[in-house]
Amino acid sequence: MNADSSTLTEVRPGRERGEMDTLPRLLAGIREEGALSLDEHLAVHGSLGPVRAGRRRHAREHAQALIEEVERAGLLGHGGAAFPTARKMHAVASARGRAIVVANGAEGEPASLKDRTLLATLPHLVLDGAVAAAEAVDADEVIVCVCETARASVDSIARAMEERAARPSDGAAPRIRLTTVPGHYAAGQESALVNYLGGGPAKPLFTPPMVFEQGVRKRPTLINNVETLAHLALIARHGATWFRRLGSASQPGSALVTLGGPVAYPGVYEIEHGASLTSLIDAGGGATARVRGALVGGYAGTWIAGERLRGLALSNEHLAPHGATLGAGVVLLLSEEACPVAESARVARWLAGQSTRQCGPCVHGLDALAGTIEELAAGIAGARASQRIDRLASLVARRGACGHPDGALNVTLSALEAFQSEFADHARHGPCESCARPGELPLPVRPVSDETQRHAEPRR
Amino acid sequence: MSRHVRVNPIACEAHGMCAELLPERITLDEWGYPIVDEQPLHGSQVEHAIRAARACPTFALLVERDNARAPTGGRSG
Repeated sequence: MNADSSTLTEVRPGRERGEMDTLPRLLAGIREEGALSLDEHLAVHGSLGPVRAGRRRHAREHAQALIEEVERAGLLGHGGAAFPTARKMHAVASARGRAIVVANGAEGEPASLKDRTLLATLPHLVLDGAVAAAEAVDADEVIVCVCETARASVDSIARAMEERAARPSDGAAPRIRLTTVPGHYAAGQESALVNYLGGGPAKPLFTPPMVFEQGVRKRPTLINNVETLAHLALIARHGATWFRRLGSASQPGSALVTLGGPVAYPGVYEIEHGASLTSLIDAGGGATARVRGALVGGYAGTWIAGERLRGLALSNEHLAPHGATLGAGVVLLLSEEACPVAESARVARWLAGQSTRQCGPCVHGLDALAGTIEELAAGIAGARASQRIDRLASLVARRGACGHPDGALNVTLSALEAFQSEFADHARHGPCESCARPGELPLPVRPVSDETQRHAEPRR
Repeated sequence: MSRHVRVNPIACEAHGMCAELLPERITLDEWGYPIVDEQPLHGSQVEHAIRAARACPTFALLVERDNARAPTGGRSG
C-alpha cells in the first residue's frame, strides 16, 4: 500500500461471509483489491438510515438512544487507549456549542496498517460510522484525517465522498471533509490533531482545554479512531446485543489486528477479542521461522517472549498479567534469527527521534535511554548500566505533555525484561553474530516536521 | 481549597528559577528541568509557589487548585 511498509500489506478475509454473529464483521464482503463501492457496501450491510429521525424532540431522543446503544455494546476505542466510546460521545453531546466529529486515521504507528487498510478497502463503513456519530452528538461537520503517506486510503475516501455526493440525501447529513495529516508518530495524538486542524503543527498541546469541550475551532470535538467508527456503524445497524455476541464481557466485539514479522502472509486480520495468538498466526499462514518474541500493542507496547507466548490470548484482560494491551491492534513477531538487543537499540533510537522535541525530559531522557541501550548492545555500557536505566526511567515517566515518553519507556523496559539473558550476554561479550543482520522490525524514516504539505479537499 | 504546583513541560525551558524559589517542592533533573512534587502546598508555601510562578521567564509553572483537571494526553480511541 505504501512503499515504506511493503512487508505488511496483505488484507485477508478471515472466513467466507456467513452469519453476522461470526467473523468477519468489518471485513465482510471485502474485495481482493480496491475499495467497496457504495452499491457494494449497501449490498453487504444495507442502508444505515438516519439516526435523528423525526423532528426536534424525537430527533434528540433518537440521537441519545444511539449513544446509549453504544454504551450497552461496550465499544472501546481502537486507537490504542481503549477508552469507552460512549463516554466521549456523552461528553461531546452535552458540551455547549455545535460539535465536530474527527475520524482519526492518522496512524503514525509504523507497525500498524489497519487504519489505512480499512480506509482503502471499506471507506463507506467508516463514513457511515462518522455520520452516525455526528448525528448522535449533533455535529454538522465530519473531518476525516488520513495519513499523508497512505495514498490509496486518501484516494478511496475522496472517491467515496464523490459517490455519496452524487446520491440524493435527506438534506440533514453532516458536511464531510478530507484532510491529510503528517506521518510522524505523534501526529495522531488527539491534541496534536486538534492543533494541526487549527493551522498549527501536528504536535501535542498541554491541555486542558479538553477536546470534548474545546477542540477544533474551539468547538466540542469528538475524535474517534476510524476503526472505532466502523464498529459504531455496525452497532447502529444491528444493536448492542448483536455486538456482544463476539469478544468478552469487558472487551466485546472484534478487532482489526496488524500481524507482522516471520509469517507467510503478514497483513491485517479481523479477530474476536480473546482469540489466541496461535489462531492469528495460523490465519497468517503460519510462522516462517522460530518465534523468539512478540511485540504486542506496537512501538509503545510490550514484549512478550519465550514460554509466556504459549496460550497467549489477545484481549486486554488476558494481556494485563503480561503488562500489555492490544493497543491499536499490533502483533509484531520477532524471529530467532534476529538479535532482540540490536532490535531494541534501533527501536529506542527511533522512538527518541520521534519526539516532537517540545518537552525536555522527553528530548533528553529518550536520547539518553537509547544511548544506554546502544552501549549495552555494543558491550561497552559498564557495570552501572542498570542503575542508569532505572534513573532514566524515573526521569522520563509521566513528565511529557503527551504519552510518548511513557510509551517509549514501556517498550524498552519490557524488552530488557523479556530478553534478559540476551541483554546480559551482550553486556558481557559484546555484539552477537546476529547483530550485524539488517533490522527485522519495520521502522520507516518519518521525521517530525512543521513543514508538512497541507492538502485538503474542497468542502462539501 | 488547597493548591499544588504543576509544570507545563512544553513551555518549560529549564531556567531553573522555580527550584531556587520553591525548593520544598521542586528539584532539578540532570538536564535542568524541574521535578515537581504535586502534593498540596502547606501554609507559606502557597505564597512561595506564587512567587516562583511569577518569576518563571516562560510562565511554565502553574499554581492550581486541587480539583483542576489533569491533561489527558491520550491517543484517540
